[in-house]
Amino acid sequence: MNQRSSNLLDEALGLDQASEPWPLKGRVVAIEDRVETSGSFILHHLLKRSLSRNSSNVSIFIAFAQPFSHYDRVLRKQILGWNLVSQRDNGRFFFFDMLKLQCPVGDEGITPGGGLIALYGKIHKTISALPEISQKNVSIIIDDLSLMEVAANGSSDHVLDFLHYCRTLTSEFDCSLITLNHEDIYSTEDGSTFLLQMAYLADILIKVEPLATGLAADVHGQLTVSNKGRNKASNFHFKVKENMVECFYPGRSRD
Amino acid sequence: MAKSICIALREGALEGELAPALTIKDSIASPFGLQVFDHVLSQLFSSILAGKSPSQGLILVSFSRSPSFYLELLKNKGINVASSDKRIHILDCYNDPLGWKDQIVEISSTVTVFREVKHMDKLFNSIIELGRGLVGGGKIRFSIAIDSVDEMLRRASVSSVARLLSNLRSHEQISSIFWLLHSDLHKARVTAVLEYLSSMVASLEPSHQLANGQRGDLENFALIKHNSKKGKFHVRFKKRNGRVHVMSEEVHMEQSGINFTPLTSEGAINQGLVPKVQFNLQLSEKERIDKANVVLPFEHQGDNGKPLQIYDGRRSLVDSKHERAVAVENVQTKEESESESESDMQRGEIIYYRDSDDEMPDSDEDPDDDLDI
Repeated sequence: MNQRSSNLLDEALGLDQASEPWPLKGRVVAIEDRVETSGSFILHHLLKRSLSRNSSNVSIFIAFAQPFSHYDRVLRKQILGWNLVSQRDNGRFFFFDMLKLQCPVGDEGITPGGGLIALYGKIHKTISALPEISQKNVSIIIDDLSLMEVAANGSSDHVLDFLHYCRTLTSEFDCSLITLNHEDIYSTEDGSTFLLQMAYLADILIKVEPLATGLAADVHGQLTVSNKGRNKASNFHFKVKENMVECFYPGRSRD
Repeated sequence: MAKSICIALREGALEGELAPALTIKDSIASPFGLQVFDHVLSQLFSSILAGKSPSQGLILVSFSRSPSFYLELLKNKGINVASSDKRIHILDCYNDPLGWKDQIVEISSTVTVFREVKHMDKLFNSIIELGRGLVGGGKIRFSIAIDSVDEMLRRASVSSVARLLSNLRSHEQISSIFWLLHSDLHKARVTAVLEYLSSMVASLEPSHQLANGQRGDLENFALIKHNSKKGKFHVRFKKRNGRVHVMSEEVHMEQSGINFTPLTSEGAINQGLVPKVQFNLQLSEKERIDKANVVLPFEHQGDNGKPLQIYDGRRSLVDSKHERAVAVENVQTKEESESESESDMQRGEIIYYRDSDDEMPDSDEDPDDDLDI
């Protein structure tokens, strides 16, 4: 049930074929959400898929939005008998808690750029230290970019530079880069270029939006997935449930 | 069109002239710029290898993609880079543009890493140095391809980027140069600056404009899907004599690569310089005949004795009304002749020579050129 209902999203991302190597390898996935429709469920979904798929898959999670306990709780609900603590202890899950400022960004005389340089260095070191087989199966997840920008004292340039370097990691190690950003906070002339830069950078762009017709009880919103690599675009509705997300084409909700 | 721009870049600069420069411009609605860039790059490099161009080498400045991508791309196009590494060199501004990395793994001998992209002067020197290293000094020419100037514009001022491009264009050893620009990442004036620096501008536009304010509309989504595979390709050439030539094609993204086809029913006509407004500026056949039949005020003076009929816009020219008009005129002329006979019989005459009959409204010559204020 769990597997089946999320299939539309998996299909759009190319994750439905279990036999292939992690299809997001070397790709940049950008998720854009809004206040009415939060996109963090996609991050949880991708994290879940990455960690449950292959024992050599490793995820590096850079968290600006929530502490470790939050993600642990969410994933525990989604997959029974599973927890992030053991994944972390097994060296399959690396959590960079930016809330506790493990990498000081923008304070104590360290420049905002300097903090991000240090963060990049740390990620590079972590991946390099992995066993060879895992090096090829890394997912870097960032939650979320707008808070990273805040941590960098509003300098979107530094954030873009950091993302560029993360992208070089996708070329060097074939890892995947998954980012979350909020679309509706960039409504001004100047701010919208950041979103466009991400749109150009991304191989797969996922937009999480409310329905054009407004709020509904059965449908929480719609997803538009543009997959440049497969030259495919998909659009479908979703409903976030207690421990999973249901995706369906318009009019085909099970409830 | 795509072929013409490749030919223009291949032919390169004439002695004493600025090198031809191409801007490939796209936007997020029609993001095929990189594919067009790849196409032009492989075409130009093939020509260089085949000896069809006065240019003896190609320097590729890569910002947006890894150099290994380009080496792979050329290999897939059947171009053996290993044997041609004396003809191409890649200046790697992708892997470590700001010097954040402690050590760089060398990819190949055809790639040089550049770590100071904020400094346009150093970038200029590196490009020229690499070029000379590739083809030698003196008057031997080479071509340049810049992956995207967006990264340059993000890290340096518009004026320094413009200076770099302008200096490259005017360098005696540069045969031709082309670059990619994402127009929606910059203000309009920045795009305009780069367009002024180019002799050719190739812009990509979506086949169907998306309606604004229709978020999440299924129709809009269908258009997005359509636009992700197809688009319009407009090329604007600035000729040596100052003329501007605009041509359009359709561009298709396929598995095998990019494909250019002539425009379909939506208009295969050469896009003239008539502005696109909501009213019709062209004349239909009937309108053309009627225009030719209009009696202009000073052209028909009337012969001696015949009454003067000056069309002042109020009276109709139709014959049935002619008599009434003539009657009115007669009164007037009577009055006139009465006053005339009293005067010295000196009538003012208006001699009017109309400009050439067959002068089309959109002539290339600007009539204001004759003004001498």
